[in-house]
Amino acid sequence: MAKVTVDDIEIEVPNGFTVLQAAEAAGKEIPRFCYHERLSIAGNCRMCLVEVEKMPKPVASCGQPVGDGMVIHTDTEKVRQARRSVMEFLLINHPLDCPICDQGGECDLQDEAMGYGRDHSRYHEAKRAVADKYLGPLVKTVMTRCIQCTRCIRFLAEVAGVPELGATSRGEAMEITNYVERALSSELSGNIIDICPVGALTSKPYAFVARTWELRKTDGIDVLDAVGTNIRIDSRGGEVLRILPRINDAVNEEWLADKSRFALDGLKRRRLDRPWIRRDGKLREASWDEAFAAIAARMSGLDPARIGAIAGDLCDVESMMALKDLMVSIGSRNLDCRQDGATLDWSRREFYRFNTTIEGIDEADALLIVGANPRREAPVLNARLRRRWVENTKFFAGMVGPTADLTYDYAHLGTDGAALRTLLDPEHPFIKRLVAAERPMLILGQSALARPDGPAILAACWKIAETTGMLSADWHGFNVLHNAAARMGAFDLGFVPEGGKDIAAMFDGGTDFLWLLGADEIDMGRISAETFVVYQGHHGDRGAARADVILPGAAYTEKPGTYVNIEGRVQTTLRAVFPPGQAREDWTILRAFSAVLGKPLPYNDLEALRRRLAEANPVFAEPDTIRRIAHTGGVKPAGDSSAIADAAFAPAFETYYQTDPISRASPTMTKCIAETAAPMRQAAE
Amino acid sequence: MLSDKDRIFTNLYGIHDWHLAGARARGDWDGTAAIIARGRGAIVEDMKASGLRGRGGAGFPTGMKWSFMPKVSDGRPSYLVVNSDESEPGTCKDRDIIRHDPHKLVEGCLLAGFAIGAHTAFIYVRGEFYNEYLNLQAAVDEARDAGLIGQNASGSGWDFDIVIHRGAGAYICGEESALLESIEGKKGLPRMKPPFPAAMGLYGCPTTVNNVETIACTPTILRRGAAWFSALGRPKNSGTKIFCISGHVNKPCNVEDELGVPLRELIEKHAGGVRGGWDNLLAIIPGGSSVPMLPKSVCDTVLMDYDSLRDVRSGLGTAAVIVMDKSTDLIRAIARIAAFYKHESCGQCTPCREGTGWMMRMMNRLVEGRAEIAEIDLLEQVTRQVEGHTICALGDAAAWPIQGLLRHFRPVVEQRIADYRASATSRLAAE
Repeated sequence: MAKVTVDDIEIEVPNGFTVLQAAEAAGKEIPRFCYHERLSIAGNCRMCLVEVEKMPKPVASCGQPVGDGMVIHTDTEKVRQARRSVMEFLLINHPLDCPICDQGGECDLQDEAMGYGRDHSRYHEAKRAVADKYLGPLVKTVMTRCIQCTRCIRFLAEVAGVPELGATSRGEAMEITNYVERALSSELSGNIIDICPVGALTSKPYAFVARTWELRKTDGIDVLDAVGTNIRIDSRGGEVLRILPRINDAVNEEWLADKSRFALDGLKRRRLDRPWIRRDGKLREASWDEAFAAIAARMSGLDPARIGAIAGDLCDVESMMALKDLMVSIGSRNLDCRQDGATLDWSRREFYRFNTTIEGIDEADALLIVGANPRREAPVLNARLRRRWVENTKFFAGMVGPTADLTYDYAHLGTDGAALRTLLDPEHPFIKRLVAAERPMLILGQSALARPDGPAILAACWKIAETTGMLSADWHGFNVLHNAAARMGAFDLGFVPEGGKDIAAMFDGGTDFLWLLGADEIDMGRISAETFVVYQGHHGDRGAARADVILPGAAYTEKPGTYVNIEGRVQTTLRAVFPPGQAREDWTILRAFSAVLGKPLPYNDLEALRRRLAEANPVFAEPDTIRRIAHTGGVKPAGDSSAIADAAFAPAFETYYQTDPISRASPTMTKCIAETAAPMRQAAE
Repeated sequence: MLSDKDRIFTNLYGIHDWHLAGARARGDWDGTAAIIARGRGAIVEDMKASGLRGRGGAGFPTGMKWSFMPKVSDGRPSYLVVNSDESEPGTCKDRDIIRHDPHKLVEGCLLAGFAIGAHTAFIYVRGEFYNEYLNLQAAVDEARDAGLIGQNASGSGWDFDIVIHRGAGAYICGEESALLESIEGKKGLPRMKPPFPAAMGLYGCPTTVNNVETIACTPTILRRGAAWFSALGRPKNSGTKIFCISGHVNKPCNVEDELGVPLRELIEKHAGGVRGGWDNLLAIIPGGSSVPMLPKSVCDTVLMDYDSLRDVRSGLGTAAVIVMDKSTDLIRAIARIAAFYKHESCGQCTPCREGTGWMMRMMNRLVEGRAEIAEIDLLEQVTRQVEGHTICALGDAAAWPIQGLLRHFRPVVEQRIADYRASATSRLAAE
């Protein structure tokens, strides 16, 4: 610890701290542009200059380590003068276009200019103009506004792991550019918009849409992957205009994946805003009463064993609970949430959870990935894995599955089931390395589980975890990586075929009546033509196209809901906007229909429903907390580890950008796909 | 005036053979193993006692710099880096050393490398010095073939080798940390300090960066003794120094002389005097383009060493004496220098990136006189805003020449503005 004095405040800080961190610890705010807590220190903006006694010149506090007995002054006339100087230099070539700049109102330069700027410019020479760069359909550039802080360069190189931006030329001709004019290839590229301290990098879809002070900000949880990224939903009127990450160091730090950030224009397209009933082969508009009556009429007299329900990937826990209670009340146990047919064992939570936890990645020193591409399936999580690889030289990774650029090095151990089988041999060199590691972890992907030999793969991975010391009293290295935000919650509340038919058995004539709760990722062709399908959801996607009755529900921004992320963290969201038209919150639809059936569900408001949830599983009573569990006892998932087929592992999705009804409806995501499919223009020349 | 027997660079003009045989005839590589046998600590102490200060411009005591290097390695190797990216306008001393006396540098590398615990030295040669690089490379090869460097260098038991790295023509790469970045294959952007190179330099390893002249002096100092060297020159400014005299003199030259030589004597004895006589002198930039100029009144008496020049608010820098007689348009001269620094700023940090362009543009207007009187003060303020606020010294280097001009020749600038106004008014009247 070092004792330092900041503006007469004596404080003790750890030895590795910088002067800037010490000043912040003492409650002093230091203006900065290039410094960012989660990036390397560049020290180039010179805005954070402070005075340190016994040092002749003002020092850049972001890069200066503290020394014992240091006396720091953050607000002397000399310091203020230095900052005014830097501000003047930054502004001489910065355009005065704040009124038409999307960063206006949340611009670091604008804010600091209030404190350190002059009321007029003393610069009367020619100003610099910089050509804008093309960075793809997501990031808009106005490079004349750039103050060369290099945050974007550092973010892409360090966090995202795709060093696609750099600086060319020297002096005042220095430009940030990707040189070849093509889209950034990172799934985290949108974050450079957030970290850009000025309006040089802004959101292309959001360009000129709204001013920041017009927006209503609502805390939410992202559902387009299973990480449970904390988001802020910015809305105006009935429209969601922007989605930004919220800081949560345990989950997403301050990053957000591109799909989650930019797919929001899908929330306005192809929406189901009224009930529909299929008559004579065509869907026709109907009222809620007619729709409910049509469903009740079809249900009456049916054998409950011929009635099934499937929950989709984006569902909130409340609606799944209500659907489960409804099905149980009519005597059906045919429930399933695994649209991809993944054979997960729900008997213990540790068999289907990301047990290491996301924060736990920071302790791991070895990684084995089986049938997953974390970069595509959970970009924010992958950034954390990458950081671990960058920071810990001992960390190493191996992968079984199709090759991919994960932004960190890994040993490719094979692409197919046969390769996984060889890992069961304790003499395998990679297994020996895992055994030697202190805190090894394994990530098992959905594409490996959604195969006929899924149980065998699950058992084999568990066996590998056991033999390599991943399961110990203080460390749990076995992890399942889900792709669906609803999946963990569905397992936790038991939306599973406990004594009923699973999804495969419900297909091909296994049921006469199917209730699809936002289920769009199933093969509709396998539902028999005679089966009566109720689709409850928010987008006119695959499920709605097959449905006999459509009940319009609410998207994740339109209802208060609870979601459980991969590590089992229960998180709740608030409603940002109302659902369109006659659409309703999903649990209320189910509650209303249960009354039509004459079997009303025992809750009339959200609080009561949440009490019911806590009854079903105590984890729901503890939002935002997770317990890192250690493995206890030799219980194994069912399955015979030797029965792995030779077939190659397939990628979980064809494309990152469109994986669900919302992103499929998003024009921005369509553009992203077109961009990534296009060949490199410059390189070909 | 320095007597011939005290000269270190005895082949500065390339009259003699620069190859190994010629160098040996002049005393190089004589008893190198015996010097090394004195031990690392003794060599560093000798260097401290000699009072040698860095010849690259900053004048930091060399012995002290070497003593910062770790005595015991923590597993990382130590490196010696020799800065031969001589790009300071007016300066051409390192160039003559490496083309006419390269073995002085090669031997110096071995001794300095041993003294700081380095088995490898990198010599960063300015990209434009192609022929000089060939000579240096030849000298290194000769030394290696003769067993003077390489394994068991000169029979001393110390393994040592030299790698020559050619730059690509950026002034900023002469800044020591930018130079390290450049050797590492990155863009030449100066690094933040701390950490200093002695703690984390080339490839993150302890590194000492020295100028060519500093290193090339070392063998002679160690052979002839610290007392001999420190007896030359003035207290705290000891030894000899190569001065590069250019500009309006009758015989521009490089010359080695004692530190503390009067500027007037230096020019009149070695460079044939100022063109048109001493009274025709207007101003002198005494240490390369980056130090403030001195008017004739100061030049009459000033001594050429670190402290004397600092006392007159200039600096010895690289000891590149740029002489300007009364035919010189000083404003235009400084505007040219401002353009140089604007062109060579790396663009990394704000005050230098934005300030150098601003200063150049104002200087360009002042050349014509197309400015307000108040803008002279503004220009002065801008130089103060750049100075001392940047990562490296290029910001200072860009600010000081302008400060020197305004300090000593402000009336000239004011007159230029007045003349422009007068001519503008008469133009207007004529229309």
